Amino acid sequence: MTTFLGVPRRHRGPAESPLRGTEKFPKAAHRELQNAQLRRNLAHATSTIRAKRALVVQEMPDWEALRDSGSAIKTDVMARMPELLEQLEVNVTARGGVVHWAADAEEANRIVLQLVQATGANEIVKVKSMATQEIGLNEYLEEYGIAAVETDLAELIVQLGHDKPSHILVPAIHKNRTQVRDIFLAEMDDAPADLTDEPRRLAMAAREHLRRKFLTARVAVSGANFGIADTGTLCVLESEGNGRMCLTLPQTLITVMGIEKLLPTFTDLEVFLQLLPRSSTGERMNPYTSLWTGVHPGDGPQEFHLVLLDNGRTKALADQVGRAALHCIRCSACLNVCPVYERTGGHAYGSVYPGPIGAVLTPQLTGMEGHNDPNSSLPFASSLCGACYDVCPVKIDIPSLLVELRARAIDNDRDRTIPGGWDAAMRAAAWVMSDEKRFAAIEKTLGVGRVIGGRKKRIRHLPPPLSAWTTSRDLPAPPAQSFRDWWKNDHQAPSAQQES
Amino acid sequence: MTSRDVVLGRIRSALSNDGPVPPGPRDYIRSTNNAPGSAPVIELLTDRLVDYKALVKHVDPAGLPAAVDAALDGMGTIVIAPGLPDAIAAACADNGRRVLTDASPAAMTPQELDAVDAVVTTARVAIAMSGTIILDGGPGQGRRAISLVPDRHIIILDEDQVVETVPEAIGMLEPTAPLTMISGPSATSDIELERVEGVHGPRTLHVLIVS
Repeated sequence: MTTFLGVPRRHRGPAESPLRGTEKFPKAAHRELQNAQLRRNLAHATSTIRAKRALVVQEMPDWEALRDSGSAIKTDVMARMPELLEQLEVNVTARGGVVHWAADAEEANRIVLQLVQATGANEIVKVKSMATQEIGLNEYLEEYGIAAVETDLAELIVQLGHDKPSHILVPAIHKNRTQVRDIFLAEMDDAPADLTDEPRRLAMAAREHLRRKFLTARVAVSGANFGIADTGTLCVLESEGNGRMCLTLPQTLITVMGIEKLLPTFTDLEVFLQLLPRSSTGERMNPYTSLWTGVHPGDGPQEFHLVLLDNGRTKALADQVGRAALHCIRCSACLNVCPVYERTGGHAYGSVYPGPIGAVLTPQLTGMEGHNDPNSSLPFASSLCGACYDVCPVKIDIPSLLVELRARAIDNDRDRTIPGGWDAAMRAAAWVMSDEKRFAAIEKTLGVGRVIGGRKKRIRHLPPPLSAWTTSRDLPAPPAQSFRDWWKNDHQAPSAQQES
Repeated sequence: MTSRDVVLGRIRSALSNDGPVPPGPRDYIRSTNNAPGSAPVIELLTDRLVDYKALVKHVDPAGLPAAVDAALDGMGTIVIAPGLPDAIAAACADNGRRVLTDASPAAMTPQELDAVDAVVTTARVAIAMSGTIILDGGPGQGRRAISLVPDRHIIILDEDQVVETVPEAIGMLEPTAPLTMISGPSATSDIELERVEGVHGPRTLHVLIVS
């Protein structure tokens, strides 16, 4: 929550990365909330998708059974991860693919760079992928003179706008149609001069812009929604056909997949192909799903590389409670229902994984490096209302994870030489509440609060250090009568009552 | 030590205090009483496909060539795959259309496919509940690229290829085939989460269901 004024900073926070912003959530959120256009865009988009999702989930009589199975399959994946990864590796290799292992972002980037350089290509086409966002692949390749072209419409909008993604599924959710048109006109060299802000016209402009790139691309880079251990099959769900273009037309395909994206068996797809589209875009099925196993002779890329990415996932896995965040299938339903996300948008979280799932996943991938780490503030970016848990297709109990991580963030802070305001307040409260006389004495002073509260009975501003509370929320004024006073008046000694 | 050893070592140490996980529940619906190709299943598939803005037509075998011809109205060049039934291939060539067979003698390049107006294929199986048609590269379906690059895709389905649920269809697939699941024409919801049909994949999808 908010930091008390006057707390000395011992050191600066850790370095910025795709998983870590430069500001703590409350500060970033405060700034984002000033942007009325952003709030309008988000309110419109999230309410649209919430309604669509509700409709297609409602019609499924076995939705809860599917969620239970989805959750159980992912629990099994975590428990058997080493053997499942080895099985996936064996099956991909047997079908002509090459499997690479990357312990961190730097290593994954280096592997992809070397693979691209080996083909001699200086441009690649990309399917929208969170894993490559997370490792900052595009920026890395650019340093080495390789242009990475995002082909998903929303990613293209973000890339052309020199912007950052703000949503897992729809990275440009913070932009409305007029803003998208303006970006296209300014940044897309072949955008028609008479482009309107009609979504259909904008989509057609993107089609024209990317067509030639698809037809001539030699290398594509993708992520994966699922990697199936028992067959070595990789799976990508998408809508526009840009995924199919990238997965089918180039000679070389490089897929970067987080190690937690496993499914044990091909049959498990029957669960996840029902859960994911309905939770994600609110469709009964997404327009296109591609499945491939290694190299298919004469059909599609004849060179296939799979990069298995750790980058902090094993850190999360080591935590028996926190590892549930690795069950996430990146549907983004939790973002769309979150009252905090809906108002602040994704940029306030500082990570490519925003919203409720981001608030539990990001700090676990990076670790929380003390008080000055922006990611230490993420577990507090929630009202704990529980809507995220209700919609999660794999039943990740995000509120409980948030509480767990909050405790850990506080624990990380215990070695501070000068106690923070939170510690001081808690210690003062403990001292007061552990003695009846002290408590009664403090209670007597609360009448002042009624004066401050005024007619609306709300205290909006308090002096430091109590201002830490009132900067983010109002305090109700104390009631006219305390419980103790009421009890004293209402429960007189029985003997006294008989006398009257 | 390789990165493979490092990652696997980290995972094993992360899991070192864990016991085995009991098998999870599988209580979801796998199939219903509706047989593949039965009237309610076909009706459901049609409803779902129309919802995706696909153009659906029900035909009998005798009426199929005429339906193919109608779906290709205005198209100049058509691509098909080896194994497409002769009667359908002949209908593709009606009205002076040029028909190219991919992979015969050579596979067409993406640029060559880009000059093609439409593609006609069969399919492996269709899922009524989700309005999904699955191609596995079998006879009449061809390489994945041919059903992707042309702007119009005509899919011919036999009604007994239509199952009701996702699990029924998954159980029929050969996992190691190149699989494409198609649920309507290409679409995007990336601008204000409003769905717009037709982006990079075929913008027009015809489905001819043969009974």
